Amino acid sequence: MSAMDRVHLAVTLCYLAATAGYLAFLLLQRRPLERTARWLLTAGFAGHTLVLAGAGLKAGHLPVNDLHGTLVVAGWTLAGAFLVLQRRYRLHALGVLAAPLVLTIMAAAARLPSVPAADKALFNNFWLVSHVAAIFLGEAALALACGIGILYLLQEHGIKTKSHGFFYRRLPSLGLLDAAGYGCIATGFALLTLGLVTGFAYAETVWGRFWQADPKEIWSLITWLIYAALLHQRLTVGWRGRRSALMAVAGFAALLFTFLGVNFWLDGHHGVFTGI
Amino acid sequence: MTGRRSESPPRPPHLLLLGLNHRTAPVAVRECLAFAAHEIEAALAALRTGPAVDEALLVSTCNRVEVLVTTPDPQAAAAHIRRFLTEARGRPVAADADIFYCHLDDEAVRHLFRVAASLDSMVVGEPQILGQIKAAYQAAARCKTAGVILNRLLHRTFFVAKRIRTETGIGDHAVSISYAAVELARKIFGALEGRQVLLIGAGEMAELAVEHLIRQRAGDILVANRTFARGAQLAARFGGRAIGYEEIGPSLAQADIVISSTGASGFVVERDALRPIMRRRRQRPLFFIDIAVPRDIDPRINRLPNVYVYDIDDLKGVVDENIDDRRREALKAERLVDEAVLGFRQWRESLDVVPTLVALRRKLEAIAQVEIEKTLHGPESQALVDAQTLRRMTGAMINKILHDPTLLLKSNTFHGNRAELLGLMRRLFRLDDP
Repeated sequence: MSAMDRVHLAVTLCYLAATAGYLAFLLLQRRPLERTARWLLTAGFAGHTLVLAGAGLKAGHLPVNDLHGTLVVAGWTLAGAFLVLQRRYRLHALGVLAAPLVLTIMAAAARLPSVPAADKALFNNFWLVSHVAAIFLGEAALALACGIGILYLLQEHGIKTKSHGFFYRRLPSLGLLDAAGYGCIATGFALLTLGLVTGFAYAETVWGRFWQADPKEIWSLITWLIYAALLHQRLTVGWRGRRSALMAVAGFAALLFTFLGVNFWLDGHHGVFTGI
Repeated sequence: MTGRRSESPPRPPHLLLLGLNHRTAPVAVRECLAFAAHEIEAALAALRTGPAVDEALLVSTCNRVEVLVTTPDPQAAAAHIRRFLTEARGRPVAADADIFYCHLDDEAVRHLFRVAASLDSMVVGEPQILGQIKAAYQAAARCKTAGVILNRLLHRTFFVAKRIRTETGIGDHAVSISYAAVELARKIFGALEGRQVLLIGAGEMAELAVEHLIRQRAGDILVANRTFARGAQLAARFGGRAIGYEEIGPSLAQADIVISSTGASGFVVERDALRPIMRRRRQRPLFFIDIAVPRDIDPRINRLPNVYVYDIDDLKGVVDENIDDRRREALKAERLVDEAVLGFRQWRESLDVVPTLVALRRKLEAIAQVEIEKTLHGPESQALVDAQTLRRMTGAMINKILHDPTLLLKSNTFHGNRAELLGLMRRLFRLDDP
């Protein structure tokens, strides 16, 4: 086991402990549990940064040339985005969704081999680096929006049906969830747009064409349209609350398919880079 | 020595609590026996005149009148307090003897802890009682009827009550209809600051809810009433604005929280009328609190997106749930009380003469032991007498030092507050925390 693998394992264990901490906090609602879980997640994130830096130095480029590297980056942005979000909105309850998601990503990455890239120069292109950075940050924000949407639906169900069960006291107010979800979607959408634009620009430099109707491109556009519709409706006729939450969940499902599903089930030129 | 020597040293004083509360006495009796705030000090002074009463505390609220005293003779003290309570008000109260309960020592301590923690209240977990006991204690401190035992006991009481409040959920969640409605509003909107409130009709519960909302710094208050004058009157009280009954529709486009409590026989707000208003509101959430019977708000409105309707039964359901929660939390609180009662008993027993003297002797012996060891192993030890002689000497010194305090504490002719003297002694020599 290499030193880097050992750090990867330590990070995964930190996330595991943070997941347990957030679950315990949800159950028992004791402040120290939440503080511990947050601290563990922050420690995991710091280690995670080391893992990423190590992989980058070793490869000599942004380590996103295979699924292993992609997952490590995705997990890192998600953990970071959650830490920023919960600092801003005090959405401690979201940890119960975010921490296990990061944990799953890191555990999955550990089982996947890291393959050296065929062409290093390919990954040091300005457009590609901007594309990758914007897409991953955007995906992290939209993943959190999905998590917040789920919490919203749980809380709203309790209040509407007047059966205040397990979640009523444990989840924040609908107003806060809606505002935080909207913030995540707006940020995520802006980054996603930026990521798509830089992606098309990069395609132009490599293939000489912006658009080739590649499955990844088509699905990216579908995803983008879902979020665009959500934001448009919210700003014009006030799609908020339950509808907005449902759309956030649906949008993230499309995003997940674009991110992973297309690579597994549909062929396309994007596979040139991710090697899968 | 002139005083008689008794066979056994005097015991520490007993704690006796005698009183009545909402469970043992009807309000007709309680109101006759209750003391107003300005009467407490005179009452304490009168209580103190009793032969068997040393320290005294008097708690009087609308739900209870209780007297707590330290006494060497519980029976005499109980009789004195009972007489005092029934006769103090000038008019003898024709009350049965069994409206009073009487607790001794540990039970008295437990009762006080439970009362302060609001475990004995009509509404378990209500927070006022702790403040009332604090006021009672301040009065006793001013009248100097609180001595070493009551001081210690009351401080423990405040500590236990605070601990129960933070460590159990006994005070969490509303147990009144109007406050439950406000809590719900907070779950829907988050902060209520600046939220516009529309009150339709009037009524005690509805007005109380508006007052709660104002305390949460809600925004504008609009009042709609069938009789405009009455509406204007209410609006003036809340610092709000009265609107005509026909303006309810348009104002729903701005209001966030609507409290409705009219005597109307039909619905005041219909579902189909609200649909276009929700569009105009851009679907901003709207919360209807319908306290009226028959209901004012079409219940089908609850099915529209971003609108929440709670009628009186829904709110009652929330309150019942909260009360059940508090009961469960009260069980946890009882365990904390048990623990605290045990702790206080240990301290009280330490006020006995014998353990104090034993502790003092041990402390002196320990000091002597350390000093002997130091001297024997010091540089000039060879010049000194042998260890045996040294130990004998210090032993004799300790006996001589302890002789007078022992005689004083054990004598039956001792005047003044023995508990106070023992407490002082334990403090002077730090016998409680080694």
